[in-house]
This record gives sequence, C-alpha cells and structure tokens, in this order.
Amino acid sequence: MAPPDAQFEADCIRRILAGEKQLFHDLIRPCERSIYFLLFSILKNEAEAEDVAQDTVIKVFQNLDKFRGDSQFRTWVLSIARNEGLGRLRKISNRREDSIDAETDEQSGDFTPAILTSWREIPAEALERKELGNILRRAIEGLPEIYRNVVLLRDIEEMDIRESAAALGISEASVKVRLHRARALLQRNLAPQLKGFAPVKRRWFGGRQ
Amino acid sequence: MRIDCKHVWKHISAYIENDVDPQLRAEIDRHLETCEICSAVLDSTRNVVILMADDRVFELPAGFSERLHARIERELQKPNDPNT
Repeated sequence: MAPPDAQFEADCIRRILAGEKQLFHDLIRPCERSIYFLLFSILKNEAEAEDVAQDTVIKVFQNLDKFRGDSQFRTWVLSIARNEGLGRLRKISNRREDSIDAETDEQSGDFTPAILTSWREIPAEALERKELGNILRRAIEGLPEIYRNVVLLRDIEEMDIRESAAALGISEASVKVRLHRARALLQRNLAPQLKGFAPVKRRWFGGRQ
Repeated sequence: MRIDCKHVWKHISAYIENDVDPQLRAEIDRHLETCEICSAVLDSTRNVVILMADDRVFELPAGFSERLHARIERELQKPNDPNT
C-alpha cells in the first residue's frame, strides 16, 4: 500500500491531542491492514490477531502524545503491535513458541531453488481462483516467524526495507538476509505447486534491466 | 569474472530489489542470458513476490474494520481519559 501522508498524520495527531478525538478513526485507518497481518504472522490465529489488533489500536490512542515523529507513524504503530503480539504469544501457554528470535541470521542458508523452467508467470486472473490464494497463505504461514514477519511487511504490505527494519527492531541488513531466505524458501515450496497455474505465453514482470 | 548459478541464486532477492551494484548486476544479466535455469528461478521468485503483494491473497476478516472502529469509538467516548 502507499505510504501514509506524513503531513496528514502530523496534523491529525496535533488535532486529536487538542481534543478532536474523532480524527483518530482517520489516522489509524491506513495502518489497519498492516497491524492485522503483522499480528496474524506472529499469532497465526485470526481471532487472536484481531483481538490484539484492537488492543494495539487502543494503546496507540492512549499513548499518542508519546509519538515523537522521529519515525513514520505506521512504523511506531507496528512496533507497538509487535510488542503486543509477542506479549500475547507468551501468554498463550499451550502454544509452542515458534522460535521467537531463537533463529539467528548466522545460520548458513544456501537454499537450492526449485528448478522448473516450465513455470514462468502466474496471470493475475489466476488469483480469482481461491486455491491459489490458499496455497500462498499456507506457504507463508509455514515459514519460521522471523522470516514470516519480514515477508509480511516487505512483500505483502510493501513497506520499504528501512521501515520494515524499524518496525521489527532489527537492522536493515537482517531484513535483507531474512527476506532473501524467506523468498528462497517460498520459491522452493511454491514453484512446484504453482506451475499448474502457468500460462503458455511468456512475459517479463517489472523491469529486468 | 564469470559467475555460477549458486552465485546468482544468492543474490536473487537483492536483484529483484534492485539492490545489487551495477557490476554484479551486469554479471548476473550476462549469466541470465544463457542460463535457462536461473532465468526460471528468477521469474518464479519474482512471481511469488508479485503474488504476495496482491490484496486478494491476504484479505482482512469480514467485519474486521467495523469491529475495530466500534471499539475505538467506545474508547473515544470514555470521559476524562488521563492520557489524552
């Protein structure tokens, strides 16, 4: 999604703090999706993610005067969401902690990709088919948490590397390493499953220079 | 310097991000011109990235936004919140 307008946010925050509380609805709306999906990536449960998303938003409102404007508003919001999500995860005693920070970037990760020359491109229309979405979601949900978070912010919510790093409290270098491994894992997992969706024609996406 | 397939795979994500230096980029491009396998790996990785960004793949639960704003509204209606 497009990055929210910083000037709009700054004005909104100033006015909310001055008493125009209703503006909080507009301030938080552009962040809703990112909050939910970050929490879903941490908690892997829709109901929990929604519940913690609501708690996060209330916390954001209650702490709005503490936002200093030295990061993007959404980054600040997502760091609160992440803390809330990890807090909830710790409380869920019967859930195996899916390696919260247990995995490090030091693991050597030479992934061999799926080598399938028959799968070049997925047409956008294929997404109308529900199973494609399901295959993708399952693959992403199956990633270790540290990779899932990064993919979620960078590839699903299309945040830039810097903002993703700030929201997750890790370095930009770590974001890049994790992103690379996550994409490699997804490619290896998905390419064999998705080749059935491939059309015959070939077309390049984006600008390979 | 000629680079091999493994070398290309190592940089695929950065290549998609346009985050490799021009010299390496040129080497990768030269490799891709002749290597069908790496071209396919690049394409499929890029496809995965493109698919993930499609809003239809990840949709908010039905009614999520309405419930969220109802909860916000209840919070906004609270009198004398010491934090605001």
